[in-house]
Amino acid sequence: MTNRVSYTLDSTLDSVNHAESKAQEIAAKAGFSEDDQYNIAMAVREAAVNAVLHGNERDPSKKFFVVYETTMEALIITITDQGQGLDQGSIPDPLAPENLMKGSGRGIFLIRAFMDEVRFRNVAPGTEITLIKHVSRTAANAKEETQ
Amino acid sequence: MTMKSINRQVNGVTVVDMSGRITLGEGSVILRETVKDLLAKGHKKILLNLGDVSYIDSSGIGELVSAYTSVRNQGGELKLLKLTKKVHDLLQITKLYTVFDIKDDEASAVQAFK
Repeated sequence: MTNRVSYTLDSTLDSVNHAESKAQEIAAKAGFSEDDQYNIAMAVREAAVNAVLHGNERDPSKKFFVVYETTMEALIITITDQGQGLDQGSIPDPLAPENLMKGSGRGIFLIRAFMDEVRFRNVAPGTEITLIKHVSRTAANAKEETQ
Repeated sequence: MTMKSINRQVNGVTVVDMSGRITLGEGSVILRETVKDLLAKGHKKILLNLGDVSYIDSSGIGELVSAYTSVRNQGGELKLLKLTKKVHDLLQITKLYTVFDIKDDEASAVQAFK
């Protein structure tokens, strides 16, 4: 069975907080461990920040869209902005010695560290990022018990 | 939970007790302004107590790095005190754990300043 919920959000930090807390809530409901809930919520926060700051550039006329989809196998979250699109080749490696002491540029790195799969797609206009966390056996059992 | 920051002086070291979340927006701004203000007043030995900081995002990590660099550039020292497990893990993932001087005990942290 698949559960799907979607939101259209303003390009604000309040919306980022909303996307993050909703991710935590849905991950908890899906039976993910507290650590996984934290990691999923942080990955969503980072992706939402990118959508608001770098994608939509805080343009109040632009929205971003978040879809949370829970299946038997995974939690899939898709975040889409209305910006100019992302050049994946331009994403710096924050662990490179020349970047280690930079004040920014760690968001996508953390998203990749915390999720099992991360996919980018240019959707003209905008960027779509899909974050996937697979349901472990423990999470699946917890979910079955609550149903 | 919004971020709060309280400064106190211990043997010539400014201990900044921070609590809440250091994230894009309010938390990061408070950290930046606190360090900027301390440096402007000539306080260059800064111990950031993160024991009650429950959450840091990439923006908060960036702000910690910028604070560290600003203090160093002015000939000062910035150390971190009492990391929660989550913050500790984040600094390890981002390879910053070895960059910062991180202490668990306030008294020995204060003594470690030159």
